[in-house]
Amino acid sequence: MRLVDEYRDRDVALRFAAAIRARVRRPWSIMEVCGGQTHAIVRFGIDELLPPELTLIHGPGCPVCVTPVEMLDKATAIAARPGVVFCSFGDMLRVPGSELDLFAVKARGGDVRVVYSPMDALALAERMPAREVVFFAVGFETTAPANAMAVYEARRRGIKNFSILVAHVLVPPALEAILASPACRVNGFLAAGHVCTIMGLDEYRPIAARYRVPIVATGFEPIDILQGIAMCVEQLEDGRAEVENQYERSVRAYGNATAMAMIQEVFEVVPRAWRGFGPIPASGLGLRAEYAEHDAERRFEVTTVTAREDPACQMGLVLQGLVKPPDCPAFGTRCTPEIPLGATMVSSEGACAAYYRYRRLAR
Amino acid sequence: MTSSRRDWSPTCPVPVRHDAIMLAHGGGGRLTRELIETLFLPAFASPAGAARHDSAVVTLGGIRVAFSTDTYVVHPRFFPGGDIGRLAVFGTVNDLAMAGARPSYLSAGFVLEEGLPYAELERVVASMREAAVIAGVELVTGDTKVVDRGKGDGLFINTAGIGLVPDGVDLHPGQAAPGDVVLLSGDVGRHGIAVLSVRDGLAFETSVESDCAPLADLVAALVGAGVALRCLRDPTRGGLATALNELALDGGVGVEIDEAAIPVHEGVAGACEILGLDPLYVACEGRMIAIVPEEHAAPALDVLRRHPVGAGAALVGRIVGEHPKAVALRTRLGSRRLLDLLSGEQLPRIC
Repeated sequence: MRLVDEYRDRDVALRFAAAIRARVRRPWSIMEVCGGQTHAIVRFGIDELLPPELTLIHGPGCPVCVTPVEMLDKATAIAARPGVVFCSFGDMLRVPGSELDLFAVKARGGDVRVVYSPMDALALAERMPAREVVFFAVGFETTAPANAMAVYEARRRGIKNFSILVAHVLVPPALEAILASPACRVNGFLAAGHVCTIMGLDEYRPIAARYRVPIVATGFEPIDILQGIAMCVEQLEDGRAEVENQYERSVRAYGNATAMAMIQEVFEVVPRAWRGFGPIPASGLGLRAEYAEHDAERRFEVTTVTAREDPACQMGLVLQGLVKPPDCPAFGTRCTPEIPLGATMVSSEGACAAYYRYRRLAR
Repeated sequence: MTSSRRDWSPTCPVPVRHDAIMLAHGGGGRLTRELIETLFLPAFASPAGAARHDSAVVTLGGIRVAFSTDTYVVHPRFFPGGDIGRLAVFGTVNDLAMAGARPSYLSAGFVLEEGLPYAELERVVASMREAAVIAGVELVTGDTKVVDRGKGDGLFINTAGIGLVPDGVDLHPGQAAPGDVVLLSGDVGRHGIAVLSVRDGLAFETSVESDCAPLADLVAALVGAGVALRCLRDPTRGGLATALNELALDGGVGVEIDEAAIPVHEGVAGACEILGLDPLYVACEGRMIAIVPEEHAAPALDVLRRHPVGAGAALVGRIVGEHPKAVALRTRLGSRRLLDLLSGEQLPRIC
């Protein structure tokens, strides 16, 4: 398939791997920010092609994983209400809250539906005026424009029975939180290419300068990732700390102006709690006052019950790159995709799920 | 009372306890398997049905008969390349064929929801008749129930079927041995993508049609050519990866397959990229996996490729002595990784 196969070519991959091996002098730890990159690394065995000096640390870029338990509890509470049609991307349905996941709410009679786009949820609201349609707006800067567009359209077209439960998070504040931690071992980042496609590269420049770390906007195919690593290693060995763009076929330095304007129109920057990290200032998006009538949290006045995390779960450390999934005592024993203790075991972008799915093979 | 209850009580410990049935229990993955192993098998297992297979092979009056049943709830009922009726006939025909049988007679049970348009039922029935002619089977008995509006999803169909198993044909995963090869009769994932492409809230344009087709002729051709078949599977729900995992688990063997050798139609690959699905887990309805001794691989491929349904046949892997009960995938980059059984259905990703 064009635009896919050429980025999975074995010979090209091996050439990049050889170039990396030839360039590396000292040990480095590079964090790939996005869970999609983590899965590609584990699925294609990219880490096996790297020299021992290089360690890949799996970052927090999985929106399913960092959505806090309180938010999932709100989601299940709203979804269980009579008259509500609760729409979500499929990934979120199996993530455990304190008591239930959305699949369990569905099994008990809640109207929970998987949609592929917030606009589909909006269309549902238009078709079912007697029902309250709620969309679970989860994700990073990538999903924010479409979610903003749905709310913008709902207001413009006067679709009153549509609201969104917002759990949007932003990448740069999370990188800062990781870098500011005394336990931080990260020497360089592969930034998430699709986030940069929306937001551009400028917001990473102050971070690269302040913390002296190279940041390379990188794609998701094996060749993208290997090239991103090669560029990062090049900078580290040169003693540079710049923002570079590996994912040139998608990322422009200035981002996507239309998408950013839509985010600006509907959302404002708010503090957010991250699962595994805790509260991070100015790290999320919330609806602006003009759009408050489409805010599901206000509409349904869900009170936060005390959220419970399983104490055995080390996903917080996994998300901060301090623990590799198989090193968690619960990995593969108490915690499996069937009975996940933490979101990292559920999501198709979660690091624990990646290791569980691809790496339990006797060598 | 207590003793008879204990006789079939679910095996202990039950690995996962759900207090209600979840969709994933029907997804064909780990939860489906668990439901069968911890509830159904302890309750119903008999020596005749001992080999967990799509069909049971029973002996009636000294004659070996394959017996199978399947229920069809596909939604939407009409999709590119097929419909629920065609699926209901070919599905059961294929389950019988996977036991090496020549399918002969089918039953059909209809659960109709009040309000189902008559014309739609007519269309489905016509399609079933046509499918039966194509597959060379007769629909000889049936049943109809109508449920209140809102108590069913329009139309569910159950079919059951029987067929004779030729002498000398005895297919089960236990026969697979290290050194055997894994043949696949064509490209994977067409059915799943064709159905998804017309599903509510997801409609996308694709040229992909369901691969929905009967496999009995293909099996008969292999048997007729003297290919020493060890075992056959049709990778339906859960796709190729799930069928291979079942084979590995039931046969107690390891399977290693080569990602680059698995044929995937461009349209299927593209849809999977966009939706975040792995084509190896997407359903087929007209493909089969054949395990044969290595020296039979070339003649078997030759037979398969001469048949329209098997034109895209390929050798995709082999049975290995290492990692029993697990499937390994040799990736395009040359590394090796686990190809796991999924918990339930694949969940489309967020971004």
